Amino acid sequence: MDGAPVSAEQPLVALRGIVKEFSGVRANDGVDFELRAGEVHALLGENGAGKTTLMNVLAGLARPDAGTVEIRGDDTAVRSPRAAIDRGIGMVHQHFRLVDRFTVAENVTLGWHAPKALLRRRPLEREIARLSELYRMPVQAGRPVWQLSVGEQQRVEILKNLYRGAQVLILDEPTAVLTPQESLALVDSLRRMAAEGRGIVFISHKLDEVMAVADRITVLRRGRNVATVATSDTTQGELARMMIGHDLPQAAAPDDRQAGAGVLRLDAVEADDDRGLPALRGVDLEVRAGEIVGLAGVAGNGQLALAEVVVGLRPLSGGRVLFEDRDVSGWSIARRIGAGIGYCPEDRLRHGVAPTLSIAENLIAKSYRRRPVSGRLLLDRRGARRAAAELAERFDIRGADLDAPVASLSGGNVQKVLLAREISADPRLLIAAQSTRGLDVHAAEATRRLLLEQRNAGRAVLLISEDLDELVRMSDRIAVIYEGRIMGTFPAHEADEEEIGLLMAGRRP
Amino acid sequence: MTSGVRRSLRATAVQITAVVVGLALGGLSLAAIGVSPYDGISSLLEAAFGSELALTQTALKAVPLALTGLAVAVCMRMRLWNIGAEGQFHAGAIGATWAALAFPTGSTLVLVPLMVVAAMAAGAAWALIAAVPRALWGVNEIITTLLLNYVAILGVAYLVTGPWRSAAGLNFPVTDVFGPGARLPALGGGLLHVGVLFPLVAAAVLLVLLQRSRWGFTVRMIGASPQAARVAGMSTARSVVGIMLIAGALAGVAGMVEVSMSFGRLRQGISPGYGYMAILIAALAGARILGTLAISFLFAGFVVGGFALQALGVPQSFVLLLQGLILFSALAGTALTRRPRMLGRPPGRRGPAHVAKEEPSTP
Repeated sequence: MDGAPVSAEQPLVALRGIVKEFSGVRANDGVDFELRAGEVHALLGENGAGKTTLMNVLAGLARPDAGTVEIRGDDTAVRSPRAAIDRGIGMVHQHFRLVDRFTVAENVTLGWHAPKALLRRRPLEREIARLSELYRMPVQAGRPVWQLSVGEQQRVEILKNLYRGAQVLILDEPTAVLTPQESLALVDSLRRMAAEGRGIVFISHKLDEVMAVADRITVLRRGRNVATVATSDTTQGELARMMIGHDLPQAAAPDDRQAGAGVLRLDAVEADDDRGLPALRGVDLEVRAGEIVGLAGVAGNGQLALAEVVVGLRPLSGGRVLFEDRDVSGWSIARRIGAGIGYCPEDRLRHGVAPTLSIAENLIAKSYRRRPVSGRLLLDRRGARRAAAELAERFDIRGADLDAPVASLSGGNVQKVLLAREISADPRLLIAAQSTRGLDVHAAEATRRLLLEQRNAGRAVLLISEDLDELVRMSDRIAVIYEGRIMGTFPAHEADEEEIGLLMAGRRP
Repeated sequence: MTSGVRRSLRATAVQITAVVVGLALGGLSLAAIGVSPYDGISSLLEAAFGSELALTQTALKAVPLALTGLAVAVCMRMRLWNIGAEGQFHAGAIGATWAALAFPTGSTLVLVPLMVVAAMAAGAAWALIAAVPRALWGVNEIITTLLLNYVAILGVAYLVTGPWRSAAGLNFPVTDVFGPGARLPALGGGLLHVGVLFPLVAAAVLLVLLQRSRWGFTVRMIGASPQAARVAGMSTARSVVGIMLIAGALAGVAGMVEVSMSFGRLRQGISPGYGYMAILIAALAGARILGTLAISFLFAGFVVGGFALQALGVPQSFVLLLQGLILFSALAGTALTRRPRMLGRPPGRRGPAHVAKEEPSTP
């Protein structure tokens, strides 16, 4: 793609025939991978394809059962993360390894220099400032990490690795936590690093992003190599086929039925966030029966607060929430659930399910008050089991031992548990927040199909997503939120990505 | 419940191993002070569990430990730290004493239930003082329940030196001796009384409540994930108050049993720290109901057996050392068994969703 020189000489890193088993299952089954100096090399594959495992082997976090790791021609085994760092390998994990209470500078130096009597803060902060300037990754060296946004924390992780002299930088799904803008900035920074002769490994399962950032792409499927291709020689369609073995399934096209009566109406709604700052500043929004309203916006512009005021998790400081023409502003959460408001929260494992409880228990977590799950006095165990088993069957929650904790499921199946629970409660309104985030292609498509079915069944759906393509494909109408205000609402088929983009950035075209 | 059973079997195995290791370490420390470990440990166990009399005494000692242990354990189920079982125990003792003094009837059938109810109400009320601020404003219950312990203990001191002081007590700070109606009926011919049934009944009720009832389901859900429970429409406040009331009532009954049977009157120093030992017991039992019963019986045995050790010249505080060693072994055991479980997962199942990408997929 654009410009970085790809050297044809000895590769920076060569992994050959890597085999890694976890209790009998081969995560990597003879994988080869080669990284050249100066390239951004994407590692593409569905969840569970073995991408992270392969990179953990390179970063010294996992020892291969077979195969060799060669770094600049030297095939000494990488025995520990420390050894990997010493040989110039740095990895930015999906879940950051930062100490919240320490400052950026302290995190960068943490565990690195043999501590002299005193930490010299000035030179360290100067060096951080230099790196941050050089790669256009703004951070404030003196601030504690807990005050930083996720995007900033990621920059700290990257700087930490650069500070330690990483010539090879591995990023595990770095954009999963970023806003579209931050993603663009990250890609720019990575290109700069590659241009200096570093090698960048970019783990992802998003096709468009891989096409945009990578020079070469290695596709893994079920622990094996499918192919390594130059980005300029391939297409998204081809990559998708390689990744999942067939073409992308199509979401049902929006049909042109008329939407029904208004189900949810927000009337000049105002609310504060957890810090007491205004999160919603006079939101007007309507969702009608049989339509999906997509809420577009950059993360942190009030989407979460909007969902929460409707569900009852966040108090209003002004305005009204009307559900089927009744003012529900003062209702308890339970009462709103009973009235028919369903909610699939964004943070599935924290707010959606109780990870340590069983799949069955999570499935009945909203229906436990009624028959058949509840008897007159006690829970009806058999009824609960049957109800849970029926849901697992109907929603195709695969390979599930209903008594196993939900935490043992994959992200896609956790989402199915959640959707199954919400949909089976027969809601009149379903709010789905970032429902496909972090899911692989299959699971995301299954989730979308379920949501479309809800619309077709005449339910009102409020879809909150940062994935614009998804919103355009799924929604009947799209509303754009910016700093707690609805900037505009229009039919999805009239949606113009540029116009939405401008509204999301707070500008009215 | 296959995987649930497997988990709880594993936990039980860890606890049994911890007890054995703790006893072995205790033996080593006996050797260090020049007492034969074999003699020491065997006389301890002999005195605790070796005869019918020993078992009876252990069972009686286990009653306050088990009831207060349950009072701590049920709160742990909801991530609440009830450090206040000691205070609720004293409040229960006060409640029972009030009933016994106010209604000096000779009829056990009337007075004992009255004392039990009064003790439960007093214990529950004491817990409520901490529960309400916790439920409404999130006031940390660790601090409030702990501080209320001192208030309750001083409350007992006030009552026995002041308004309830016995005229016949030679100026000692004690109440009048309770009448015959205030004693729990005997069970069988020996020293056993119906009090030993209280923990069993309490455990049975709690099991049904937690495992089978709607309310118990909300308690478990809140314990597992307060946020997810809230999204599901469950009221944390109501459950906090409910579980604390239950805890207070349980500890209160323990206080009733002690004033009724061990002392026959209210006085100071009615608890050697049952409510604190209860925290240890509940923690060791992993907040499980039956586990709490088993471990309180074991700990009661150590307390009873500890007296026998004194004959060998071993200080009574050796029992505390032993409890500490077992706790450490259990914590170590839990930590060690948790680790491999995170690394090696049974094949065919995915890891937790947030690490799913580090795990192989199975079609």
